[in-house]
Amino acid sequence: MGFKEFCFRKSLWVFHFGGASCNNCDIEIIDCLTPRHDLERFGILLVGSIRHADVLLVNGSINRRDKDRLLDLYNQAPKPLLVVAIGACGCTGGIFAEGNTFAGPVDKIIPVDAYIPGCPPKPEAIISGIVKLAGKKG
Amino acid sequence: MGRKTLIPIGPYHPLQEEPELFKLYCDGEIVTDIKWETGYNHRGIEKLSESKTYDQVFFLVERICGICSTSHPFAFANAVEEIAGIEITDRAKYIRSVIGELERIHSHLLWVGLAGHFLGYNTVFMWAWKYREPVLDLFEMITGNRNSYAMFKVGGVRRDIENHKIPAIRKEMSVIRKKVDLLTGAVMDDPVIHARTKGVGVLSRQDILDYAAVGPTARASGVDIDVRRDDPYAAYPLVNWKVITAQAGDVFAKAEVRLLEMYESASIIEQCIDALEKMEEGNVALKINDIPPGIGTGRAEAPRGEVFHFVVSDGSNSPARHKIRAPSYTNIATFKKSCIGQTIADATISLAAVDPCYCCTERMAAAYDVSSGEKILSANELINISLKRTGEIRKSNAGHE
Repeated sequence: MGFKEFCFRKSLWVFHFGGASCNNCDIEIIDCLTPRHDLERFGILLVGSIRHADVLLVNGSINRRDKDRLLDLYNQAPKPLLVVAIGACGCTGGIFAEGNTFAGPVDKIIPVDAYIPGCPPKPEAIISGIVKLAGKKG
Repeated sequence: MGRKTLIPIGPYHPLQEEPELFKLYCDGEIVTDIKWETGYNHRGIEKLSESKTYDQVFFLVERICGICSTSHPFAFANAVEEIAGIEITDRAKYIRSVIGELERIHSHLLWVGLAGHFLGYNTVFMWAWKYREPVLDLFEMITGNRNSYAMFKVGGVRRDIENHKIPAIRKEMSVIRKKVDLLTGAVMDDPVIHARTKGVGVLSRQDILDYAAVGPTARASGVDIDVRRDDPYAAYPLVNWKVITAQAGDVFAKAEVRLLEMYESASIIEQCIDALEKMEEGNVALKINDIPPGIGTGRAEAPRGEVFHFVVSDGSNSPARHKIRAPSYTNIATFKKSCIGQTIADATISLAAVDPCYCCTERMAAAYDVSSGEKILSANELINISLKRTGEIRKSNAGHE
């Protein structure tokens, strides 16, 4: 068992960073925690500080003001850290990629481990993405 | 005067699902001043809109805000249809109203849940969000997506609500009523919730008028405004419903207004689908070839209040100017009245009570002094910097020549 595998073998704690989003992905992420989907049955918990987190969920297009803060958060996080880009905006910038404040999709700023596309992705898709990532070897 | 403490909430606070920064200046436990900063969510939508065609702009304005993703297309459609002088078909009007009201129900349920969460009642949070799911299922059945429905276009709607889908909507409305009954009973009769919300975050009628607040925030303080009645659009003049108001202006009154509005929304939806059932299917969109030059304003009542869109057309296939004003823009300013003098614990629920939506509101850019991190440049200073820069460029260009 490698070190990374060792770190991610049990409950994943998740920190949510909402960039310049339209709120849809944010709501769908919170929706994952509510009774219909109930992410906590996988041991996945939304935490309040990046210093407690194993996974960083990033959604929304990243504007110039968010960019430095996202970098700060990434640097503060204990490693190894899984980064998941959620939604069309998180993956590519989506409809806002041509905007005048756009500062590049998430993977131009920090390394991304998984992409969950959709506008917004359904809670099922988000859960499936994170569970797949957790089950990934190495 | 005691020591002043600054308590920042945000910008990436676990309590908020959106990035924004509140600075609470406190003396002991009492909030003495509040400032808020945004810009974390600025996407340059008005500018982007000028580079898209009228059909594409609907997809863009829908993504201003994910929770009220019908109200912005609604207002934009009203504005463009005013320019072109289009009167859409009755069936399209009813479908638009059904979508708008379904959205109001899911948005209010979302707010009730979040308010419960802020008060420390996570049971209410979980309940309300559980009850919200069937509404999203209805959206998925009608439009194909849980949020961002892509239903609107100039001259009508993109998809029909076929008659065989109507019984499912009717059944869900009767279920929703029962669930709202349950929520109202459980939430509104709880003595602890009374103690936490009554007399908290009070906005008087005069405050509402001073700050030009809109929507449930205004209606909870006895200001009887509702765009659906005052400037009728879609099918609202064709059905019977009433505007809900309350007098107290506190957090409790705001919750009351929202809970009662859900019954009204359910009743509007039922009347609309009754009318849809009697009509023939199809004929939901007119063919629009071009938008003439002109100026149009569109208003729509979002779950949070009045959405205002102003569109200038120069006869081409994309807007020449598109101005958007979201309800939270005026509602957020009322924090100055509702939070000051409260304890920190009460300030949180007062902030949440107007159901602020920052992704709707981000229309401005502020400049920051990077070295101090504090100073915000005013418009005049910005202009001066810009003038200086122009002067420098002019000077350097003159040197080259």
